[in-house]
Amino acid sequence: MYKITKAEMLADKIFLMDVEAPRVAKNCEPGQFIIVKAGEKGERIPLTICDYDREAGTITIVFQTVGASTEKMASLKAGDYFDDFVGPLGLPSEFIHEDIEELKKKKILFVAGGVGTAPVYPQVKWMHEHGIDVDVIVGAKTKDMLILEEEMKAVAGNLYVTTDDGSYARKGMVTEVIKDLVNNQGKTYDVCVAIGPLIMMKFVALLTKELNIPTVVSLNPIMVDGTGMCGACRVTVGSEVKFACVDGPEFDGHLVNFDEAMKRQQTYKTAEGRAMLKAVEGDTHHGGCGNCGGDE
Amino acid sequence: MDILKKVPVREQDAKVRAKNFEEVCLGYNLEEAMEEAKRCLNCKNAKCIKGCPVSIDIPAFIQEVAAGNIEEAAKIIAESSCLPAVCGRVCPQESQCEGVCIRGIKGEPVSIGKLERFVADWSREHNIVPEKPEKTNGIKVAVIGSGPSGLACAGDLAKKGYEVTIFEALHEAGGVLVYGIPEFRLPKETVVKTEIDNVIKLGVKIETNVIIGKSITIDELFEEGFKAVFIGSGAGLPKFMGIPGENANGVFSANEYLTRNNLMKAFETDSDTPIYRGKKVAVVGGGNVAMDAARTALRLGAEVHIVYRRSQDELPARVEEVHHAIQEGVIFDLLTNPVEILVSEDGWVKGMKCVKMGLGEPDASGRRRPMEIPGSEFEMELDAVIMSLGTSPNPLISSTTEGLEVNKWKCIVADEEFGKTSKEGVFAGGDAVTGAATVILAMGAGRAGAKGIDEYLSKK
Repeated sequence: MYKITKAEMLADKIFLMDVEAPRVAKNCEPGQFIIVKAGEKGERIPLTICDYDREAGTITIVFQTVGASTEKMASLKAGDYFDDFVGPLGLPSEFIHEDIEELKKKKILFVAGGVGTAPVYPQVKWMHEHGIDVDVIVGAKTKDMLILEEEMKAVAGNLYVTTDDGSYARKGMVTEVIKDLVNNQGKTYDVCVAIGPLIMMKFVALLTKELNIPTVVSLNPIMVDGTGMCGACRVTVGSEVKFACVDGPEFDGHLVNFDEAMKRQQTYKTAEGRAMLKAVEGDTHHGGCGNCGGDE
Repeated sequence: MDILKKVPVREQDAKVRAKNFEEVCLGYNLEEAMEEAKRCLNCKNAKCIKGCPVSIDIPAFIQEVAAGNIEEAAKIIAESSCLPAVCGRVCPQESQCEGVCIRGIKGEPVSIGKLERFVADWSREHNIVPEKPEKTNGIKVAVIGSGPSGLACAGDLAKKGYEVTIFEALHEAGGVLVYGIPEFRLPKETVVKTEIDNVIKLGVKIETNVIIGKSITIDELFEEGFKAVFIGSGAGLPKFMGIPGENANGVFSANEYLTRNNLMKAFETDSDTPIYRGKKVAVVGGGNVAMDAARTALRLGAEVHIVYRRSQDELPARVEEVHHAIQEGVIFDLLTNPVEILVSEDGWVKGMKCVKMGLGEPDASGRRRPMEIPGSEFEMELDAVIMSLGTSPNPLISSTTEGLEVNKWKCIVADEEFGKTSKEGVFAGGDAVTGAATVILAMGAGRAGAKGIDEYLSKK
């Protein structure tokens, strides 16, 4: 059993928890993920690590409720336990293996969308701890959906917040901000890391390809075991089929087949379920991602 | 009774069982078991023992069954095997102990598997548990993986007094016994859990949710005070065909399909894990796993086709499994090979393009080589495809352990007799070494590893 030491709601339907998992906390790195399971008959849910405290032996996770399993997780409070919590899974972000001096010479842009802000945070924090200032764009659907703004501000070189509806900071999609920075403010970037809903990553990747900025994206597809065993998380990258759990979760954004990935994400969403969500959420329907504005 | 024939075993009716997940074979009762046991000739030079990968003293336990001394029979089996209720159900006896049974030269061999199962089930029902060694020797050994090889290795080492911890990557112990083999062949709660509990009763600790190579490395295990490590991590990576359309929604690996159903219990209404219940499902492949996937899909309500490129004679699955699948209504499309998955506009499987195959000369495997018949292409309408083409070992451990030699198939190199690898203090066995094989071969390798570890640590 894995004790929840902190549980708070960051925004509507978005929750943050600290979980005691010393083995994971000891060996995890930015970019990796965990699998968590609530209840004996619970589903195994993969979540990218948001933060870790090696001394306290805790891992921070952030998740959005999108169905029965995540609702069940959200109902847990500090002092409660998860039945299972395993990791770290997947490969760490590639930059942690790079020479720090080389890395310091690079201009790096992070683009976070919705709940994808959580996995971007440990990467930006890692950069900050290694004395590297990076630009960070955080996009949210509305002001109320914006998460981790203060935390991000503390570790980012420059932070650019944007909301789809203009209810806070800038108005517009993250791609608008990238265009503005590059075209109007004379910024240049050697690499871009974009994490958020698939549809956001797709459009960021299309734009950065045009702008000639190598781009890394992090995928969170359907998976069961997370160790390469089930093959549910297969994704086409370039001409190859990769397993996101062991070959990823981070891939070259210019090579990922996002359209296929978006279709595969639908496997266990029934037509009825989608229709119901649309009816309940009305105009605010966003497919559970907080930022895409579509039925992703 | 006809002495040349096995005492028939009771089974659930095929029509009934095709709609439930209850066990197919009901096993012998005491009377039937004693009657069957009397067919054993108690050979002096018993070939069956040599046919058994874990060398159970088969004639000895059968003599006890014939005399009605079931507890005594259980003790004899326990000397060699910690999973008799499992092995009695899933071992390919026809090619092992029963395959060499002298009784089988004229007539049918003794039903050794069913007798083993009877003894194990009887022991469980009568709460016969293995005895824990009085004290341990204080030497810590780590076992990676709680499948058949890991459990066999841990059980043997615990009996010798070692302090054994098994590390399991999933949230439940049992490996393939839990995620792979379906409930209707191997009940989880009664059979698998009880036998794992028996291993725990020998003093073995099991820590779940630990992925060696990720949560902790083998070198770190040594730093934690473990003096030897046995790798029994299995063969877990599913193979796909590499044909167009294979990433469509509704194409699953048998591993995924079976894990959802067996480990995550997706067939039960109170499970949170979803499974896709197709209406018309093709399972590609002809091994035991393909049969398991096909019979699972059938029970979930689908019309199921096994698509296999050779003929029935070459099916790698056990005859009993094929027989059961046919009885239950699985349709066999033999000498058929998929060339493309047909995909609908919204990304779902809508069918499969296949070609008819003919058989040529025997190939390296000794089986006749399948060859496409030109112009024989046809389409099947389907809404799900399950790929059951075998698995390869997971590189998670080999890629994070310096000095551990692997072969060109990424299998860990280990000697057969003692499971010794290229790294000091590290032993390995089971599918991680051989590639996908059987439960009992993995157990045999686990026992060999235990022997190797004991010898290595005794010399230190």
